[in-house]
Amino acid sequence: MKTHLQRIYSWIDERVELQGLVEYMGKKYVPVHRHSIWYYFGGVSLFLFIIQVVTGILLLLYYKSGEELAFESINFIMSKVQFGWLIRSIHSWTANLFILSAMIHMFSVYFEKAYRKPREITWVTGIFMFFLALGFGFSGYLLPWNELAFFATKVGTDIAGVVPIIGKPLMIFLRGGEEVTGATLSRFFGFHVAVLPGLFTVFLSIHLLLVQRQGMSEPLDIKKETEQKTMPFFPNFILRDLTLWLLVLNLLAILAVFFPWELGKKAEAFASAPAGIKPEWYFLYMFQTLKYIPGKLWFLDGEILGVLLFGIAGLLWTIVPFWDRKSSRGEQNRFVNYIGLFAVIYIIIFTIIGWLA
Amino acid sequence: MNQIPEIPENKSKRDFLQWVLAGGVTAFLGAVFYPIFAYLNPPKQAEVEVSSVKAGKLSEMEKESGKIIKFGTKPVILIRTANDEVRAFSATCTHLDCTVQFRKDFGMIWCACHNGKYDLNGRNISGPPPRPLDEFRVVIQGDEILISKKT
Repeated sequence: MKTHLQRIYSWIDERVELQGLVEYMGKKYVPVHRHSIWYYFGGVSLFLFIIQVVTGILLLLYYKSGEELAFESINFIMSKVQFGWLIRSIHSWTANLFILSAMIHMFSVYFEKAYRKPREITWVTGIFMFFLALGFGFSGYLLPWNELAFFATKVGTDIAGVVPIIGKPLMIFLRGGEEVTGATLSRFFGFHVAVLPGLFTVFLSIHLLLVQRQGMSEPLDIKKETEQKTMPFFPNFILRDLTLWLLVLNLLAILAVFFPWELGKKAEAFASAPAGIKPEWYFLYMFQTLKYIPGKLWFLDGEILGVLLFGIAGLLWTIVPFWDRKSSRGEQNRFVNYIGLFAVIYIIIFTIIGWLA
Repeated sequence: MNQIPEIPENKSKRDFLQWVLAGGVTAFLGAVFYPIFAYLNPPKQAEVEVSSVKAGKLSEMEKESGKIIKFGTKPVILIRTANDEVRAFSATCTHLDCTVQFRKDFGMIWCACHNGKYDLNGRNISGPPPRPLDEFRVVIQGDEILISKKT
């Protein structure tokens, strides 16, 4: 048996020089320090993404897009298909945990200043993936064609519509017309299962390649300590990663079984928005902010101001490696910490208010 | 030493070729991307221009109640007030496109999405809506409620 595997290995090695790569991986070390725990969230996010791909493909086998088919097909998956309820529930739960895990990963990288030179590209590709993840969430939310999703999509695409100049064409592009209809559903389905996964895979490949090539970043304050503890990436770190993945899978199973995802009521274009309507939790802080901005402020429409503020904040967040020069020089930058803290506190407080409202 | 004789630069010929090349590339890109962008833009569906709709019977509507009716492709909210007036407004919230509802407990028109409130004349009185709701004309013929666009 072993000789067989060895023969296959040397067959490949002879052609693509696998040995060098294996040696490289063998020499890779992960720094061990009091902030090491944060290294695991990237891996967890990756695992959750893989689950999304697998369960997403499974859902595709039965899902039908279309105003008269979407809701019914999910209902069919959940009530008739064996373990359909499980697959759909896991897909919905994983979507939420994925965003949460990616958020933790993003903020930990931010506070450790791991985005500093030479890892700017890793940061930017990560942020792009985070935005894509939000796009996955937004487009996937509509696919069951239920009441909540219908109004969430109306509001979300209308917000895109208030952006000056490009807003209106963008809204029509997203909706596939003036209104949210079956045409919107078709487009969102296409974005969700083809466009976004394609883009995501490109950024993910670059991101992972860079992480392997450059190794893990170490926090600035740890670097000063003289003695450096490390752990081999293979097998020590990988095994810990896998253990955590197994725990996450268990957590998902528990959530999916004991808190199955609701399907809700079918969307009806001529019904009032139901009381207590809310977007998914990761859009809640923005939603709550929109509630507080008055209709007219100075000469601007309230929504335009909201969109503009979040747009600028998102842009500054994306390019932090380029304006935080201090961290790249290896100096502490407290200003960046305060901004990060403000963002975290703002998001938490507004999410809680939105949740309770 | 052998020196390579300098070839006199034929500037006008080079310029000409560059223009041809640049023009060709531009035309090529245009020919590729124009159809794609045009394809992305959904075609205008021929909409039946609705000028008025029947909104049901007055006797079937309680006082202090409201309902959503179809006006072509748009929702319209029909309200019968406490002092027996019947009014109709566009049901599309002027804030972010949600569909509003009549709230008997508030005595107002309310949007669930961002807590926008309108009075029973359609005026935005609280919350984020930037404009009042458009009013529709209501005509009652016998028991039949007819709604039409205000001109």
